[in-house]
Amino acid sequence: MPTRIEREARPGSLLLNMGPSHPAMHGTIRIMLELDGEKILNSEVEVGYLHRGFEKTCENRTYFNLLPYTDRLNYVSPLINNLGYVMTLEKMLGIEVPRRAQLIRVLMSELSRISDHLTCLAAMAMECGAFTVFLYKIKAREFIWDVIEWTTGARMTTSYIRIGGVKADLHPDYQPALEKAISETRGVLKDVHGLLDKNKIFLNRTRDIAVMKPEEAINFGWTGPCLRSTGVYYDVRKAHPYLVYDELDFEVPLGERGDNFDRYLVRMREMEQSLRIIEQVMAQLPASPPELMAEGLEPAQAIKEARRQRPEKPIRLSPNLEGAEKSRYPEILASDPRYVIPPKEDVYTSIEGLISHFKFFMKGHGIRPPKGEVYFAVEGGNGELGFYIVSDGTDKPYRLHLRAPCFHIVSALEFLIKGHMVADVIPTFGSMNMIGGELDR
Amino acid sequence: MEGRFFTTTLNEILSWGRKFSLFQYPFVTACCGMEYMSAACAHFDLDRFGAGWTRFSPRQADMLLVVGTVTQKLAPVLKTVYDQMTEPKWVVAFGTCAVSGGIYDNYAVVQGIDQIIPVDVYIPGCPPRPETVLDALVKLQEKIKKQEQEWRWKRRKS
Amino acid sequence: MEEAEILRRLKNRFPQAVQETLVSLGMDVAIINKEALFEVMEFLKAKPQDYAMLLDLTCVDYLGEEPRFEMVYHLFSLSSNRRLRIKARLSEKDLKIASLTPLWKNANWLEREVYDLFGVEFIGHPDLRRIFMYDGFEGYPLRKDYPLRLRQPRLKFRK
Repeated sequence: MPTRIEREARPGSLLLNMGPSHPAMHGTIRIMLELDGEKILNSEVEVGYLHRGFEKTCENRTYFNLLPYTDRLNYVSPLINNLGYVMTLEKMLGIEVPRRAQLIRVLMSELSRISDHLTCLAAMAMECGAFTVFLYKIKAREFIWDVIEWTTGARMTTSYIRIGGVKADLHPDYQPALEKAISETRGVLKDVHGLLDKNKIFLNRTRDIAVMKPEEAINFGWTGPCLRSTGVYYDVRKAHPYLVYDELDFEVPLGERGDNFDRYLVRMREMEQSLRIIEQVMAQLPASPPELMAEGLEPAQAIKEARRQRPEKPIRLSPNLEGAEKSRYPEILASDPRYVIPPKEDVYTSIEGLISHFKFFMKGHGIRPPKGEVYFAVEGGNGELGFYIVSDGTDKPYRLHLRAPCFHIVSALEFLIKGHMVADVIPTFGSMNMIGGELDR
Repeated sequence: MEGRFFTTTLNEILSWGRKFSLFQYPFVTACCGMEYMSAACAHFDLDRFGAGWTRFSPRQADMLLVVGTVTQKLAPVLKTVYDQMTEPKWVVAFGTCAVSGGIYDNYAVVQGIDQIIPVDVYIPGCPPRPETVLDALVKLQEKIKKQEQEWRWKRRKS
Repeated sequence: MEEAEILRRLKNRFPQAVQETLVSLGMDVAIINKEALFEVMEFLKAKPQDYAMLLDLTCVDYLGEEPRFEMVYHLFSLSSNRRLRIKARLSEKDLKIASLTPLWKNANWLEREVYDLFGVEFIGHPDLRRIFMYDGFEGYPLRKDYPLRLRQPRLKFRK
């Protein structure tokens, strides 16, 4: 099939294909270049190599069942996608979320945002040759993922943020782990600033390359760090605040020139602001005491102790719910039984609990929003992540559409690299943070 | 008698060399790529097993690591890359989407890459933990050890 | 009222084209005829309305209703910090609508996506071809009458 670039190519120029499987670890995208020596005359970008049919699959799953699919959209910041979908649904249903759950959601979404920016800049730096930066940032990301894993159970694709709140409360020992993650991330950011900010090689490769003007960026539909690097002040957390963002004190860094280096710098500064948010939220989130009370005993000893007639130490063994026990429910989940799974202690011990659990999951019952449509957007790692849901009254969405931020950003790639050299494609593409799962859905 | 002793010893030496110096070609597509990055970096190091060097050219690689979902649009590309690799080569399917299509059972996804190319080791998980990846690498090394390394003069005989 | 200001202005300017305006869950919505789409969008993009950003462009398939398809546009104005939703119905026999590529550059890829998944043709689009599915794919996957699991493999499968 002759592509557009093959049809338009001038005689005497070289057609180069940077194929779908290439070492810039961004997933699968195909960039075809028409070259005159090293200079790019024309280019064409082909996407769709990771189109996994997310929107059509969602039409065949109930609202609760499709939570894991939303994790895998922007897979470097999975909790933010979860949040976007769940908040859209909560807007449609009119559910109030308790305050502790809102604070936990903000904490998790800022941790995901930091992990997103770390991965993006790590890959961009590695492709420019700074391999050390890649290793340092992935190391910091591991500490963040440890914190997420202790609470949610999974490192990456968690399905933690549920309709009405969150799935489970924070781990009782989360504060030391979070403080370690924050200090490690701060150390890594300081090191990377020292390595790259005044580095002549990095500056030569990224300064004044692929410059985007603010009016052009708005015309292309850019949002997020890429738009802010051109100087336009638009952040969904400040413009249309959701959760508790209007009470927190943080800045939104702006760039000046809109080139690759500004995109890198805006992301670095945003990570520092995210760390500030996390510290403020942590001050308002005391760790709740563990349900399990076994005072420093080994599990086998604890069981033996609990079986005694007159136990010497207070022992209460948790039914292994790891944060989702009934006593925590009022703080982490809304109390509406139509939209929230009943606590397991009720389900397994009383008949009403069993019936409400059954009705939640039965086909045709469960969450059935009223007929209508809704659009809601959160600030994702790349920009405005919006969900548009059309409901027809049944338990499955009639149409679910995702407004993917990096779709609009990558559509400007052909415009940005014209006139530059082949080697400039790599940092430009790296600074755009293209995530295949979100781009192709 | 001497021929057999000679070939088995040489077999062992060659398999020892091959299994501890795997050059991988990471065919990264989707979310599993993040866990691949974690497995290759400082905390869970792939380099200690000798498999740290990624060669981004099919001719220079001997282990094809298919990471993430393979869609119908991408399938011919995967087959081309596999065909371009030189013998001996091994294929590892990383993640449930590569093993069997994963949670995506629809019009756009290939239900497992073993519908297109032969696979040696399957790693389940969505995404698999890095320890699982290291375990799979050890299993692949054991498999290489047991395999018969091909000999040109042997093939010429038969 | 400040919320319905833009809807009032729209109704005054295009009395025949605007079929209905409402405010749904905090968002202004206007349903218009498909022939007037380009003029309405030009009016909205110009100052003082200043809806400078096209957020999203998508399509919904209402199988069984006539007209069957509905195009949905989301616009955003940075100066007044408001979003707006415009909807236009298309019937299956006349599945063409004006393209917005002269006004917004990201409409190029968005309209290619709608063409690929639903089959809607955009008049005036510079390069209308498939973007997600490969060339040679038959059918439009996101329509309601395309089954979910209908695969069209490109290679012969082993075993």
